[in-house]
Amino acid sequence: MDFSFPPEVEAFRTEVKAFLAENFDESMLDVTHDGTMHVPELHAALAAEGWLAGPVPKELGGGGRTALESIVLNEEMQLARAPIDAMGVTVITAAILMEHGSDHLKETVVPALLNGEALTSFGYTEPESGSDVAAATTKAVKDGDEWVINGAKMWTTMAHIADYVILLTRTDPDVPKHKGLTFFLVPFDSPGIEIQPVPTMATERSNATFYDDVRLSDDWRVGEVNGGWAVMKTALKYERGVAGGQFMSPPVIDAGIDWATNHERADGTRPIDDPAVRERLIRAQIDVEVCRGFAYHCADLANEGAMFGVEGSMTKLFASETFKRHCREIHDMMGAEGLVTLESPEAHRGGLIEEALRHSPVTAIYGGTSEINRNMVAEGFLGLPRAR
Amino acid sequence: MRTRYSEDEVAVRDAFLDFFANECPTSTVRAAAEGSGFDPALWSSLAAMGAPGMALPESLGGAGAALTDLAVVADVAGAHLAPVPLIEHAVTARALTRAGGHDDLVAELAEGSTLATLALRPPTGDTARLVPAGAVADVLLHHCDGVTSISRGNAPSAKLPNTADLPLAHRVISDPTAIDLDADGWNRTVDEWRALTAVAYVGLAKRAIEIGVAYTKERIQFGVLIGTFQALQHGFADAATSVEGAHLLAQRAVWALETNQPGASRLAGMALLFAAESARFAADRSVQYHGGYGFSEEYDIQLYHRHATAWILQLGDPAAEYARLADAEFGPVKGAA
Ligand SMILES: Cc1cc2nc3c(=O)[nH]c(=O)nc-3n(C[C@H](O)[C@H](O)[C@H](O)COP(=O)(O)OP(=O)(O)OC[C@H]3O[C@@H](n4cnc5c(N)ncnc54)[C@H](O)[C@@H]3O)c2cc1C
Repeated sequence: MDFSFPPEVEAFRTEVKAFLAENFDESMLDVTHDGTMHVPELHAALAAEGWLAGPVPKELGGGGRTALESIVLNEEMQLARAPIDAMGVTVITAAILMEHGSDHLKETVVPALLNGEALTSFGYTEPESGSDVAAATTKAVKDGDEWVINGAKMWTTMAHIADYVILLTRTDPDVPKHKGLTFFLVPFDSPGIEIQPVPTMATERSNATFYDDVRLSDDWRVGEVNGGWAVMKTALKYERGVAGGQFMSPPVIDAGIDWATNHERADGTRPIDDPAVRERLIRAQIDVEVCRGFAYHCADLANEGAMFGVEGSMTKLFASETFKRHCREIHDMMGAEGLVTLESPEAHRGGLIEEALRHSPVTAIYGGTSEINRNMVAEGFLGLPRAR
Repeated sequence: MRTRYSEDEVAVRDAFLDFFANECPTSTVRAAAEGSGFDPALWSSLAAMGAPGMALPESLGGAGAALTDLAVVADVAGAHLAPVPLIEHAVTARALTRAGGHDDLVAELAEGSTLATLALRPPTGDTARLVPAGAVADVLLHHCDGVTSISRGNAPSAKLPNTADLPLAHRVISDPTAIDLDADGWNRTVDEWRALTAVAYVGLAKRAIEIGVAYTKERIQFGVLIGTFQALQHGFADAATSVEGAHLLAQRAVWALETNQPGASRLAGMALLFAAESARFAADRSVQYHGGYGFSEEYDIQLYHRHATAWILQLGDPAAEYARLADAEFGPVKGAA
């Protein structure tokens, strides 16, 4: 066992810290309050460093960063509260296009993604299919040289600011569901697309997107016809290195410690001197160290080229379920003061804790629900028989 | 970065897996429980394998291996609930090595011919209460008000019947000899105990889940294997996830101690609390998913439940451990004495 980082990765961490100090501060998060988890200046700065497609191999045009370097970038960004969503979508889409895209896509779209000019979004989920993602029914039908797409997607996050959506469609309804899927990269300026906002219980917004006789040339197809599931696997492979969520709790815990130390209750005592509060905060700190162990473990496996799944499921399950608990406990500790939202100048630390509390439920839903991840651990790790 | 056992560590693990599978089936644990809670024959075989002296210097008869290697053995010993005080013995011998001037004794400890332990809580008056391995150890290390001492003269006293039939006994301290180990040196010793016990807890917890999973793949109710019920699957999945997290944290704590990382003591404290909680949860789920049989003495899973409860309590109430970590992290409670 050896939990140390090689010197070049430590050096990269120092570089990332300096980069964030220069290019990001919490005031930039105001732009996320219209619901879009995206800071354009930060995105451009990441692109300028060549970090947007860090984990994608150099041969494919990426940054050739190791998984250890990727997790370090991810960790430092999350600790600084810098949104990682747009970076995550960019890395995964670029990787998909480099591995499975046509020359046209590789030559035109990939460079625009990597230099930060273009943004994409994910179009997997539909109104009637979420966890059962392979049950997608959005239809793509060949008409001469063109494809005609009809259907609806739900939760196309960032669609309203993105240039493209990577769309999961059904090209063969008469075969088992995993075998009749095909991916397309769809430009949002194509005729026949409608984007409607989906407000949420938190500050973030998502979208419903509709596709009505959208016509595309074959250049926009990604991967083989009916080979959509293989493309999905590439997406999952890259999600490991970059998709985040392992370090959501630390900023909330820090804000909670700040509150507990600098506020007095009505009886004149400080929360930080209450043994119950102290134990909860220490438990939260322990969970953070467990998440760190999971994150480094996944990066170590990816670095060794190991394909893995259950470790990712465990990480996502543990990080999101504990994050929800941390938000709840720290928010409770603030009592009525915790209810004040970010719109008020009186909100503690810009309403960070309250905002995190309302955001936290979705972390156990999107990107694979906790129940789906428990199924994966039960079947893939413990070898229990399939339940469904 | 290597978050998995290295080839060498795997070799050590496999050797000790074979060893414990042969020498320490649960019938051995049950037999020891009837007596002192210690199995002298198992201890001598373990000594023949070199385990007691593994992480002691070669110059003193040890194998000169790292704490991370000893952790591999602690993991497997924990999985088998081995009725031998390997962790207490090893951390005590390492403390004496750091103090210096006890070469002959350390050599006996490396060999395993003399058995050592430590009073994890300070003695009250001249008595250390409920000392781990107090019913069997020849040498007792203890610490009070910044002074660390050893006592050799007094014989082990009788085991007090206890939750997991551990060899717990009170020890009267009659002939303390101060050794050159200050408060930091003592804390380091207890931190090694915390980190290695965390690793042992992970071994226990993994085995508890294995036993439970195996049972649910055999037991049929409502015409189907109970292992197909998603309620059971999700309970096991939560337990397995927690235990995997505990494993990574406990191993990181041991590595941090071995390599003297700045946060090592904090990680050791955290690892013990988290591993104990994970193991108790895993054992609880496994007993629950055995139904009534899990509660019967005949089934092994109840042993895992009882050991999971007991180990950390040898150090004290977990709440006090959280409070200790909180004091280090947030400073002492304002207004507290
Ligand atoms: C804010 C937000 C942003 C999102 N962004 C995107 C995006 O950008 N692109 C995209 O494609 N998708 C996105 N999603 C969709 C997200 O991935 C899905 O919501 C998620 O996969 C769950 O699908 P569902 O909502 O249809 O719930 P369902 O699949 O209907 O699940 C309902 C409940 O049933 C449980 N359940 C389902 N199947 C099983 C099973 N086999 N065993 C046990 N329990 C089960 C689930 O765990 C859940 O509790 C986003 C969602 C949200 C809320």
